[in-house]
Amino acid sequence: MSDVVSRLDVLKTYKLYVGGKFPRSESGRVYEVTDSKGEWLANAPLGTRKDARDAVLAARAAVKGWAGTTAYNRGQVLYRVAEMLQGRREQFAAEVALSEGVGPKKAAALVDAAIDRWVWYAGWTDKVAQIAGGANPVAGPFFNLSTPEPTGVVGIVAPQAGYGHSLLGLVSVIAPAIATGNTVVVAAAADAPLPALSLGEVLATSDVPGGVVNIISGRTADIAPTLASHQDVNAVDLTGAIAADGPGAAGALEAAAADTLKRVVRPELDPFAQDWTNAPGTDRLLSFLETKTVWHPMGI
Amino acid sequence: MAKKKNIEEPAAQPTGGLFSYAPAPESPAAAGDIATSYGHFIGGEFVDSSGSEALKTVNPATEQVLAEFAQGTEEDVDRAVAAARRAFADWSALPGSERAKYLFRIARIIQERSRELAVLESIDNGKPIRETRDVDLPLVAAHFFYYAGWADKLDFAGYGANPRPLGVAGQVIPWNFPLLMLAWKIAPALATGNTVVLKPAETTPLTALRFAEICRQAGLPKGVVNIVTGDGRTGAALTSHPDVNKVAFTGSTPVGRAIAKQIAGTRKKLSLELGGKAANIVFDDAPIDQAVEGIVNGIFFNQGHVCCAGSRLLVQESIHDELLDALKRRMGTLRVGDPLDKNTDIGAINSAAQLARITALTDAGEAEGAERWSPACELPGTGFWFRPTVFTGVSQAHRIAQEEIFGPVLSVLTFRTPAEAVDKANNTPYGLSAGIWTEKGSRILWTANRLKAGVVWANTFNKFDPTSPFGGYKESGYGREGGRHGLEAYLDV
Repeated sequence: MSDVVSRLDVLKTYKLYVGGKFPRSESGRVYEVTDSKGEWLANAPLGTRKDARDAVLAARAAVKGWAGTTAYNRGQVLYRVAEMLQGRREQFAAEVALSEGVGPKKAAALVDAAIDRWVWYAGWTDKVAQIAGGANPVAGPFFNLSTPEPTGVVGIVAPQAGYGHSLLGLVSVIAPAIATGNTVVVAAAADAPLPALSLGEVLATSDVPGGVVNIISGRTADIAPTLASHQDVNAVDLTGAIAADGPGAAGALEAAAADTLKRVVRPELDPFAQDWTNAPGTDRLLSFLETKTVWHPMGI
Repeated sequence: MAKKKNIEEPAAQPTGGLFSYAPAPESPAAAGDIATSYGHFIGGEFVDSSGSEALKTVNPATEQVLAEFAQGTEEDVDRAVAAARRAFADWSALPGSERAKYLFRIARIIQERSRELAVLESIDNGKPIRETRDVDLPLVAAHFFYYAGWADKLDFAGYGANPRPLGVAGQVIPWNFPLLMLAWKIAPALATGNTVVLKPAETTPLTALRFAEICRQAGLPKGVVNIVTGDGRTGAALTSHPDVNKVAFTGSTPVGRAIAKQIAGTRKKLSLELGGKAANIVFDDAPIDQAVEGIVNGIFFNQGHVCCAGSRLLVQESIHDELLDALKRRMGTLRVGDPLDKNTDIGAINSAAQLARITALTDAGEAEGAERWSPACELPGTGFWFRPTVFTGVSQAHRIAQEEIFGPVLSVLTFRTPAEAVDKANNTPYGLSAGIWTEKGSRILWTANRLKAGVVWANTFNKFDPTSPFGGYKESGYGREGGRHGLEAYLDV
């Protein structure tokens, strides 16, 4: 066997996705991403606390426009993501196969499931208010209506484990949060960040406004505590946080989130047992909504 | 709010001037027998505390001691949680239709005994009998009625086909609406099949203990409702108890934050109803007389001891003087005094400690340059009292514009454009409630959309109903009470 090949692959420099742009980490550092057998795949940016703070700024700036757009429009944008992901199905199947060590058929099925999940949530955008809100029959002459509104900026620790976590799991935590008008900063799966970083490229070409989704690779122990303690983050999804003690662990992050009374989604007791192909319910969709109730007298 | 339209004198006119009212006292005896000392209600029985420490609850209008009650120890809390745990298996297994009937029974008994409970609440809390009689007690009964009806319909509540109870709920409630907060907590918890240990506030335990008797009259199975009295130490023992599955707290934001920290990393479900600093926004086209009534109701209802009180008045600059004149005239007609007098608008401040806090914050308001005004009114010689007070010339940085005062103190700010009103309204870490006064419907909806608040009252204020979800954005807490939404806090969904 010769080391000489007829054509050398052009490798991709993976970058963060922040504010609709693709910056390198401000640290200027990268870390090695390997496949399930330990073979080198790529150098991913080693995102830092500063990257996380920059991403929160971008996410905050995007809240007004994204929450203010119509639910119908948000649905179309989410559907557009599914379209774009469909177009790059083979690339993602390859990345998922390498990241999670699954065969090509399973990897393709996981990508298909991720595409379908975007479609599922695209359909929810203009329906969630009808199941989560409504008229309240108060005992008096009042018009009384409850409507759900987005919480704001959501910090997400993406799934780090479980079947299909690297792309399907990631989509399963991002899509419901943005379907309801929130913007997100995501700490990608530390060991399998490549599908997440590539998803940024899909989002950038899918009419998702810059800043609505921000994806950072790196050590969750650096990024997650920054999100949990940030004064301008309204909620945290700790799905990928480890249950054990230490920085980056769910309990510590939840305690940090308590300072600003952030809304918290806790991880499953056993994240490794999670199968992301299971049908999603409405839990995640409803987790980052606030119910606003408006009263007005009725009379002539 | 009763109107006394015949009093048109300027604000300086003391109440009881030209058109004075004869006293119309409610009989304190209607409160029923108050024991000299109380233990806890655990496992369906009144039991002594394992400790010897006792606290006293006083009538804030007279400073007379009403009763002694137990300072709950960790051992007491442990016993109560154990009783609730024992009761949980049977209670949660009961068909919802049977649980419903217990709640209906409780609602009916509350209605039957509403006068007794209203008087007892006024004596223990200091709030006027007119409010306990016409607001608190009807709402307490209504909440039990409302959630009774949910008990056998949980599969249809939108939380999946088989929503399950969480287990033992540890509930800690404040002193401003002792019985109403109890109803908000206990009714949905029982309807969903949970059992509860409730700790009332240390200044207002009497109606919760009386409620324990109602549970007995209703034949509620032993241990389904347990009441443990005491101060914050007892509350902390309850919320941190390892065998509590659900924590529900209503109270201050600092305590809520501490509880959230305390239970971080556990699997306990948490709901918090915390402080507020509501903006009551009056646009230049608002009907002035109605707005003035709403402002008064917003901040002087329940002595301003209301987390959703309209404590920041945002007035469009062009009507500032006119509105303030009308407001001051109206404030001059407010009657401060004996809570058991049916003519009383503003009763006693709940405790000496709360009076001190209100005094400190209003002093800070003056020191920071805001202009203070109160109508001339006589205050009783004993008890804890505070005149209805309005501050004008308040800036957003003033403490009285940022901190929750929890008293009859209104801070007035101005704005020029709707956008500025929204910016100022949202300029606080709180997000519980807000008010809007304008004749223009599209402006109401535009404004309501932009306010970061869980409850928005438009051309009304401080309205409550068991079918209507209540709860805050931001640091006013999370979760909703009331309505279908209120069930979620007590269900594993």
